[in-house]
Amino acid sequence: MKNSIAERVGDFLKGYPPFNMLSNKTLLKIATEVTITYLEKGDTIFKKDDTWHDSFYIVRNGAISLYYSNGDVKDIMNIHDTGDLFGLRPLITKEPYKLTATANEESIVYAVPISVFQSETDNNTKVQKYLITAFASNAFDPYTEEEAGKIFVDYLPNTSQDMVNFQTANYTKSPITCSTESSLKDAAKKMSAHKIGCIVVVDDEKKPVGIITNSDIKNKIATGLFPIETPVTNIMNSPVITAKKGLTIADGQLQMIKRSIGHLCITKDGTDNSKLIGVLTHHDVLVNLGNNPTVILKEIKRAKRTKKLRAARLKGNVLLKSYIEQNIPITHIINVISQINDAVTIRAVELALKKMPTAPPVTFSWLALGSQGRREQLLFTDQDNALVFDDVPEEQYEKTQTYFLKLAKLVTKSLNKIGFEYCEADMMASNPEWCKSLTEWKNQFTNWILSPDEKAVLLSSIFFDYNRVYGDKQLVDDLTNTIFSTLEKTDLFYKFLGRDAVKSPTPLGFFKQFLVEQNGDQKELFNIKSRALMPLIDAARLLILSKQISGVNNTSERFEKLAELEPNNKELHESCSYAFKALSKFKTKQGLLGTNSGKFIDLETLTKEEKLKLRRCFKPIQKIQEVLKIRFDLKNFM
Amino acid sequence: MIFKWFRKNKKDYPDFWLDYIDSFKNVNKNSIKETRFVAFDTETTGFDKKNDRILSIGAVSFVGKSIQVNNSLELYLEQEVFNPETVKIHGLMKKGSLEKVTELEAIKAFLAYVKNAVLIAHHANFDKNMMNEMLSRNGLGKLKNRFIDTGYLFNKSKHIIYRENLKEHYTLDDLCNELNVPKVDRHTANGDALITAIVFLKILSRLDKRKNLEWDYLLKN
Repeated sequence: MKNSIAERVGDFLKGYPPFNMLSNKTLLKIATEVTITYLEKGDTIFKKDDTWHDSFYIVRNGAISLYYSNGDVKDIMNIHDTGDLFGLRPLITKEPYKLTATANEESIVYAVPISVFQSETDNNTKVQKYLITAFASNAFDPYTEEEAGKIFVDYLPNTSQDMVNFQTANYTKSPITCSTESSLKDAAKKMSAHKIGCIVVVDDEKKPVGIITNSDIKNKIATGLFPIETPVTNIMNSPVITAKKGLTIADGQLQMIKRSIGHLCITKDGTDNSKLIGVLTHHDVLVNLGNNPTVILKEIKRAKRTKKLRAARLKGNVLLKSYIEQNIPITHIINVISQINDAVTIRAVELALKKMPTAPPVTFSWLALGSQGRREQLLFTDQDNALVFDDVPEEQYEKTQTYFLKLAKLVTKSLNKIGFEYCEADMMASNPEWCKSLTEWKNQFTNWILSPDEKAVLLSSIFFDYNRVYGDKQLVDDLTNTIFSTLEKTDLFYKFLGRDAVKSPTPLGFFKQFLVEQNGDQKELFNIKSRALMPLIDAARLLILSKQISGVNNTSERFEKLAELEPNNKELHESCSYAFKALSKFKTKQGLLGTNSGKFIDLETLTKEEKLKLRRCFKPIQKIQEVLKIRFDLKNFM
Repeated sequence: MIFKWFRKNKKDYPDFWLDYIDSFKNVNKNSIKETRFVAFDTETTGFDKKNDRILSIGAVSFVGKSIQVNNSLELYLEQEVFNPETVKIHGLMKKGSLEKVTELEAIKAFLAYVKNAVLIAHHANFDKNMMNEMLSRNGLGKLKNRFIDTGYLFNKSKHIIYRENLKEHYTLDDLCNELNVPKVDRHTANGDALITAIVFLKILSRLDKRKNLEWDYLLKN
């Protein structure tokens, strides 16, 4: 029987995730089972500790607030408006509610029965993921522990296998063909006209019956085995090896190696009994594999000129884009891109050394600073680097420094050519201030730590995330040891760093709206770097330094390490690590969309699902800032 | 009066009508919160109760504040009478792809659905008269349910000091605007029934604030 109300309910649901991922038929089935509830302001849908309902809810009109209550204390966790889901806990775990949901104003909510929803969406993993994400976003607070494993499931890499091999192969569509009646001469003319190395012989129904390649012509015609007017059927290779479209590069390559052939015919149903739709050549496979990190890294290592390095690094960007599109875990992406960036830097230093008239007078190390030092640089950004060289007698200092400055200039110049902009603040090894001997560096860090001021804090946020990219390891270890033993002498430096880490404005306003820039070119845009990423980066650095841990530079890895070191804050650190990864992904996605580095986000371009994800990342920021305030006793220091 | 009259002729009535009448026996006077309400609406060929006909009936039922989508009624009727003028309002054509039932079948389904519920309609008298006329055409008695008119109830919900500014006649659209009810599916019987239900719940919540809301107040027209 027709049910207009169900259709209208369905129309509404369709506008919001996860319902927008469902077919109309499924949607109508679900909509039919919905219960529409009208709520006056203050009406309660469920209370903390109530047994779970057999439905979850979506707000149709009005606003529903969810709060955590303990005695008289009410802590509002979130306010949901039209299209927001809540009461998802029973979908994940059959346990009493942990929050109370009441109408913040006059509202209408739809209750969606879980049994119907689950049976209708059983195999839709996208829907499941969305709900888990939505649930985590509503529920992230210190009161949920059991779901942590499920929340992170989205971002766990399955294997460390190379993802590229599992991309589907790009084959040549609408390949050049000739009929079975053609003569070889006609076929050869066609091949030459289209500048191709092979031609597929097809029957009247366009089914592939054979293939002729350049080597067939060389081996069978040029040698006089067959006359040039011979029918193609005499010299073609038959039957052809076929495959279905959508085969992966790895599969394609495997087939070619196994049968020692260079071409695969792609047919409609994958057999030679259906229409030809394309040809996958060995060349296609190689081109696809060109976007493979191993190939890119090889290219970088072999590069003899900056130009080649630039080309290789650009391939890295193509790779990055396809990784993001394919939703490959961000940890994996960061690893690959960092390796490429490091390799490019190493090669740039090596090439610069070759250009120097003499070998270096003493050992040295090339340090990456800031985001590259933390191995978080996904897109091209500014280059921040420094150079440390071994101590030399005083009279030779100037001469030695001049040598390394010259080397650094060559390196920074080629890095700039490759695509890394010069650092505006001139924090580069080509600046005499940041190209110093080990002792000078030790003095510099000691000075920053023992007598901190605004400038020292600003600089330390870059210099404390150094990472040796090239050169002597001993030098850097020596420097690190000095820094940590100096840190033991004072708490003041931590306070300065702490103050800096919590001063960043919070990303959300009182009613969970995003705080956007108020003026300038970026008006109305959301600055994801300063409002969301920096607070996490700063917090991680401070905490890891205070734990005297060296060698862990990456922000998400730092939080993972902290989760290990502080079991009682495990959950918070894990959620920070997760939030950082998700936010980096956002920034990268935005950066790939626009021409900037992704720092500013136009909220209008985000889907509801994305906004939800983004919003969820902000909660751990607030929590970690509170931890810093207490741990480093910043209340009286602000 | 009516009661006596049909008792005499009990045998003449079909079972479904007797079942309907039976449902009113032993009705406890429930509180408003526990009472089953049915909001309904009809789309017709016009406003003349003698000559015009019901083309479709839509109804939703609720106890408390929750309405179940799968427990709604939506009927389309076969009618010989047709008025092209009103097609532009309700969009129901004489021959349409919709599955249609006869008047008698519609009555049967409607009575089985509403039972003894309190009926709510916007400008209830019109819908009530159209329904009763259809019942009598089919040799049946009048509806026995208690009726609430949302148009009238809305007037009463307004505070005394605003009464003088009130309009004589509030359309369902007026109420939607006034009470901030989303206007989806206006002028389909089912959609209007749902809107009427929500309008009723909203007015009820306003009245409820004045405490001690009594049945008499709600039902008195």
